[in-house]
Amino acid sequence: MKPPRFDYVRAESRAEAIQVLAAEGADARVIAGGQTLIPMLSMRLARPKVLVDIMGLAELGRIEHRDGTLHVGSAVRQSALLALPDLARVQPLLAQALPWVGHAQTRNRGTVCGSIAHADPSAELPLVLIALEGEVHLARRWRQRKVRAQDFLVGMMSTARADDELITGVTFPQARPGQGFAFREFGRRHGDFALTACAAVADAASIRLAIGGVADRPVARTWGNLTGSALEDALNELAHALDARDDLHASARMRRDLVRKLGAQTIAEARRCRD
Amino acid sequence: MPATPQTWVGRSIARVEDAALLTGRGQFIDDLGVPPGTLHAAILRSPHAHAAIRRIETARAKAAPGVSAILTGADVERLTSSLPVGVRAPIKCWPIAVDRVRYVGEPVAVVVASDRYRAEDALDLIEVDYELLPVVVDPRAALDANSPRLHEGLGSNIASERQFRYGDPEAAFAGAAHRIGIDVTYPRNSCTPLETYGVVASYDPGEDSYDILSSFQGPFSIHSVIARALKVTGNRLRMRTPPNSGGSFGVKQGVFPYIVLIGVASRVAGRPVKWIEDRLEHLTASVSATNRATHLEAAIDAQGRVLALAWDQVEDVGAHIRAPEPATLYRMHGNLTGAYDIRHVSVRNRVVVTNKTPTGLNRGFGGPQVYYALERLMQRVARRLGLDPVDVIRRNLVPADRFPYRTATGALLDSGDYQTALDIALSEGSLADLEERRSTARKAGRRYGIGFTAVIEPSVSNMGYITTALPPEERRKAGPKNGAQATATISLDPLGAVTAHVSSVPQGQGHRTVLAQVIADELGLKPADIVVATEMDTAKDAWSIASGNYSSRFAAAVCGAGQIAAQRLRRRLAAIAATQLNVRAEDIELADGKARSRSNPGNAIAFGRLAATSHWAPGTLPSEEATAIRETAFWTPPELTAPTEADEINSSLCHGFIFDMCGVEIDEVTGAVRIDKYVTMHDCGRVLHPGMVAGQITGGFAHAVGAALYEEYAYGEDGSFLTGTFADYLAPTAMEVPSPVILHMETPSPFTPLGAKGVGEGNCMSTPVCLANAVADALDIDDIDLPLTPAKIIAAIGEAEPAAPRQTGGANAAAGAAGAGRALHGSGSAHVHAPVQAVWSALLDAKVLASIIPGCHGLEQVSPTHFRADVTLGVGPVKGLYRAEVKLSDLVEHRSARLEGRAIGALGAAHGEGLIRLTAGADGGTLIAYEYDAQIGGKAASIGGRLLDGAARIVIRQFFEALSRRVGGAQRPIWRAWLEQILKALGVRP
Repeated sequence: MKPPRFDYVRAESRAEAIQVLAAEGADARVIAGGQTLIPMLSMRLARPKVLVDIMGLAELGRIEHRDGTLHVGSAVRQSALLALPDLARVQPLLAQALPWVGHAQTRNRGTVCGSIAHADPSAELPLVLIALEGEVHLARRWRQRKVRAQDFLVGMMSTARADDELITGVTFPQARPGQGFAFREFGRRHGDFALTACAAVADAASIRLAIGGVADRPVARTWGNLTGSALEDALNELAHALDARDDLHASARMRRDLVRKLGAQTIAEARRCRD
Repeated sequence: MPATPQTWVGRSIARVEDAALLTGRGQFIDDLGVPPGTLHAAILRSPHAHAAIRRIETARAKAAPGVSAILTGADVERLTSSLPVGVRAPIKCWPIAVDRVRYVGEPVAVVVASDRYRAEDALDLIEVDYELLPVVVDPRAALDANSPRLHEGLGSNIASERQFRYGDPEAAFAGAAHRIGIDVTYPRNSCTPLETYGVVASYDPGEDSYDILSSFQGPFSIHSVIARALKVTGNRLRMRTPPNSGGSFGVKQGVFPYIVLIGVASRVAGRPVKWIEDRLEHLTASVSATNRATHLEAAIDAQGRVLALAWDQVEDVGAHIRAPEPATLYRMHGNLTGAYDIRHVSVRNRVVVTNKTPTGLNRGFGGPQVYYALERLMQRVARRLGLDPVDVIRRNLVPADRFPYRTATGALLDSGDYQTALDIALSEGSLADLEERRSTARKAGRRYGIGFTAVIEPSVSNMGYITTALPPEERRKAGPKNGAQATATISLDPLGAVTAHVSSVPQGQGHRTVLAQVIADELGLKPADIVVATEMDTAKDAWSIASGNYSSRFAAAVCGAGQIAAQRLRRRLAAIAATQLNVRAEDIELADGKARSRSNPGNAIAFGRLAATSHWAPGTLPSEEATAIRETAFWTPPELTAPTEADEINSSLCHGFIFDMCGVEIDEVTGAVRIDKYVTMHDCGRVLHPGMVAGQITGGFAHAVGAALYEEYAYGEDGSFLTGTFADYLAPTAMEVPSPVILHMETPSPFTPLGAKGVGEGNCMSTPVCLANAVADALDIDDIDLPLTPAKIIAAIGEAEPAAPRQTGGANAAAGAAGAGRALHGSGSAHVHAPVQAVWSALLDAKVLASIIPGCHGLEQVSPTHFRADVTLGVGPVKGLYRAEVKLSDLVEHRSARLEGRAIGALGAAHGEGLIRLTAGADGGTLIAYEYDAQIGGKAASIGGRLLDGAARIVIRQFFEALSRRVGGAQRPIWRAWLEQILKALGVRP
């Protein structure tokens, strides 16, 4: 369990990081917290020629309030975001979901953007980004762009990032008055990959529910203010639409159950939190 | 705490081990320095569960930078003898595959290089040509004479079969009021130590001897096995252990094949060789407990008394019957009646081989498998007869006035008072409280259950029990084997300080502390005055085949040997003191760091001065026999006799008693089991160190919670191993393990010097079945197998699922039960903007295929319908290089074709087949419908099970998208593609 040879560039500037990505393309991999990439290297699942370390870039290490959003730079560790004063007011969904991301030790190293870049179908942060309709900020030489979460997360471990693009940050919309948020997850043990995770946003007119751990990426639905059997039907439709699979830890049937039941609980809690 | 306690034994003094361990100064094998010039080994392992090895190509690997040597089965076969197998059959067992692999993870080649990185680089360059063979994974299936055969020499997959009969079971069954049976399937699991295996081997060609440091834990009967395998006499195999172990729980007995393998590697490389097992290797291919299929029936009288048991056990030891198997099956043979007074027993034991990793020692060793059947059956008896489960247990317990009690199958239960223990547990542990919790929960509509279990915890194994696997006539030929030699050495140095050594190889338990307590009591010293060494060196230490740390033998046997050695030294010191103090030896007592006259305590000599006498003034000794410098005691209990002609075997010396009860609540939404309260009552004889006993119980309980709720070494139907990381092999953490309520009573063992019995394994035996009984009670069901996963519990709750609102779902829908394996089934369709003819010819065109197969680097056309290619496949950052082969068959021109393919690479192997159907679309395009079945094995299946389905879908989609682009004509104008190329070259993307 030792990685194959690779070169390591500790970028001194954003431009340098982008330049390496432009030169090496798919053979380069950005390393931030390394909580997924290092095990992948050790197990030789990934064999990049060059690692570009962005953790020395102060400009990517900031959390900023920008125009009603929370902008999290790509060198911000998960524990730093969780420790943000007032996170529970600024964006309660993040405050609720972050403690479910791995363990305290991995959150101390892992970055917010790293989890989103990796796009694991069970990961909490991509789920929250989809639930909140956040954006991913990408930069390459001479150009920058913003991509909506649902367009960024294209499949299992697959994103809209081009090989020469650097994720510079993500933005989460801040909570607005009248919104309620809730997050629930079920895994075999605390800190395990979610068998099913639910994030809900409720306001006066609608509910939005995002589900992780079932399809090959987090999937969200926005409904009007459904209740009773209409809500049950909507949840059942979603449960079946996600094409759940059997694996070692849960059956497809069990995942559909969790979408229906955990989903309903999450929506109910989000509604309660509006009051 | 009084300044001069009555005894040190029995008190929870601070552990001398902890200062080093808690400050990072523990000396574990990987931390120790190695001799200059030491090389490093990495092991190539089989991705297949069963295959013939047609060819191993090592030339490229040999030429790789830093590589010194490469070993394959042929080298090992030439330089060693086969490891012994536990049955009489013309079969062999090597530490590396010879001609054939029989389980995923079996070593195939060893690379020795200047460092581990380069060794692993070279592994990637070895090419092995495998011919796949059919597999057998399930032990019941292995009973079938037509199941795929692992070892031709066995004639079947049944490696051993024996039938036993004690008392008159047929009559008891014939006359019984009830006959109640149960079938259980006990899964594979392991206690997964934090530290993995490690070996540093050095061969000296001048002396033809091996010096091998390893994380081996014993029993040192294996020293003989290794010496024979390496073809040296015992005195030319020096085995050593490091000062600290990062845990073992039995598992590190299983390092011994690697001791042979790395020993040979050192011989071939001509330099010392170090190998540290990594976690993937450990989970895949170290050892686990056996999985077992058991049918157990009981003859019951009208009052719920069990009159007779009929056992039918099918033990799955994996691909080889490696020493000491089939010991897991026979360790409990004397205890097949558990804590109960049952006089009639029949037993049918069959040991089968399957395409799984060979099994070995594991905490609980055979106990969990036996008690899961017996104690589930006791609950069923209560349920069927409408009796209180506690009453059923109580009615059947061995009566308190019958000790020592000989069980029907031969165990001699040393001491106990099970009824009193049960009463204490029910009152102090408060059954009333548990019942109250259950009734409150049930009134509120929640699912709550209570479980009970009573078990005997055997300890100090009889080294002869394994021979029960042989019929009496073969045992007679081989000569009797029995006993359990424990050794301890105590030395006095010229300054009068005391050093002790025991051959016990602790794994973190605190042996140094407890031995110091025992010796301090005998010599009138403080534990801090005594230094205890526990690392082993077979060239210098007193040891025997029972040396090592297993079957909970430390407190009962090793401490006893330590006490005997100390007592002998005490008597000699008393004789010396008597001459110096001018009193009779019987008047001397050792206390408070002095030797003094009992009748006149002022007449005294300091212990240090007395202890130094034999060094500085041997001429003053009263006799030669009084020399007090070093004393080695060997102790073996006479009760551990060889199996009788009637196959009765006292398989263990000591028998503790455990009664457990617990309450669990089940979450109906998630199927999760919450342990609400757990009470565990122990009688482990005399308690030497209450804190460590609590530690043993808590640790065993944690392992048991893992076995009950989380852990399983899972295999696919094709024998692929599915739990190669801790993301899939779920060991519980502090979050999942509640603190049990621990209760005690003490009935000292009359058979051990200190009255102590073992306590290290009991909860691994009692807790899994107690939790299962509680879950069965909560769900009101008859059958449930471990682990008690949410998926199984949701299925047992059995609520109907709301129907799908309409036909939903994407390209495909895989079916099958959770954990059925890594068989991928899928189907889908793609629309291509090209006529059927164009699509058809593209599929048969090597050039086209080369351009559309994802990650293809050059494709070779072997025949018009047979292609070979190197492909880089993967998803996201995960990429692997594979050598792939594709054959087309059943060609129906322009209509359909069958594809059969296989791929092998460093990340594993895949094989599968698919069917493609082409239909002309109304728009002049073609609809391609496809379906596939694939099986993925090796590393990818072991570590990526969660993501494989999705990854396969992505790769297949890429193929059809590329096909569509290639034959469907340009979706985009050509100029646009050119522009994109130019812009890309400039670093701009439109």
